[in-house]
Amino acid sequence: MADTALHAADHASDHGHHSSTGLSNNKLAMWLFLGSECLLFGGLISTYMLYRGRVSDGPHPSQIYDIPFTSVSSFVLLMSSLTMVLAVTAAQRKDDRRTNLWLTVTAVLGATFVGGQVYEFTTFIREGLGFTTSLFGSSFYTLTGFHGVHVSVGVIFLLSTVGIIKKNKITGNKSEVVELVGLYWHFVDIVWIIIFTLVYLIPA
Amino acid sequence: MSETTEHHDHGMSDAGYIKIALILAAITALEVSTYYVDFGPLFMPSLMIMMIVKFVMVVSYFMHLKFDSKIFSFLFYTGLALALFVYIVALATFKFFIA
Repeated sequence: MADTALHAADHASDHGHHSSTGLSNNKLAMWLFLGSECLLFGGLISTYMLYRGRVSDGPHPSQIYDIPFTSVSSFVLLMSSLTMVLAVTAAQRKDDRRTNLWLTVTAVLGATFVGGQVYEFTTFIREGLGFTTSLFGSSFYTLTGFHGVHVSVGVIFLLSTVGIIKKNKITGNKSEVVELVGLYWHFVDIVWIIIFTLVYLIPA
Repeated sequence: MSETTEHHDHGMSDAGYIKIALILAAITALEVSTYYVDFGPLFMPSLMIMMIVKFVMVVSYFMHLKFDSKIFSFLFYTGLALALFVYIVALATFKFFIA
């Protein structure tokens, strides 16, 4: 009887607070949030697809896109998903050292991607594509800018998670916290998978 | 059990994730090749298929939807379906009603 109660307590602490479905409330909320984020990016991608041909007097997408550069950025972000999932498995093994290592590597890769985006934006502005130059420019900067902000927020999440793991401030299930950050990070990656194809590889 | 072969409650081993990442990298290289090589009429369908395959692989394996509760899949794919619906409605509005 005591063993059963102990096992139930262990199980509860391992998997966090549960809803009546038997699932973690935190995970349920994160998936609901990601579902709603699909709508946000769906709207932004739709707007870009409709306006990408409206260049006014500004440069045309094919004149300014640097596909080799963006391909490297995309590869960096894709590989950050691998390092993120390795952080999650390390957290499930309760290996704090490797969890922090992979979280830090993921943050560095994410910051590299954001740095690449800042470089790309400044290059485009120098080449004559401002935010108000054309509908193409406005929709491009809004879409990729929103994505860049999401990556930046993800980097902050990752570094904060490293900090709270190091200070041992997580009272509940540590691996679930890392998994939730991971879900957000992978979502940012899948949005870029779509943007890379629809915005950069398919010509207007 | 070694670190790379150990299996967890939800998901695969580290080696399995590395294999998935290698497949994703190969698909990305193939996507980029469409910029340099003329794929003819296969250009658009091949890019769309590769994008969907990469999307589904990341969601299924890295985000664990393949191994997790179907409720999570329902929440996420409902959002995605609504987003696609928004796109179709916006496209139809601009192409058929405003134009």
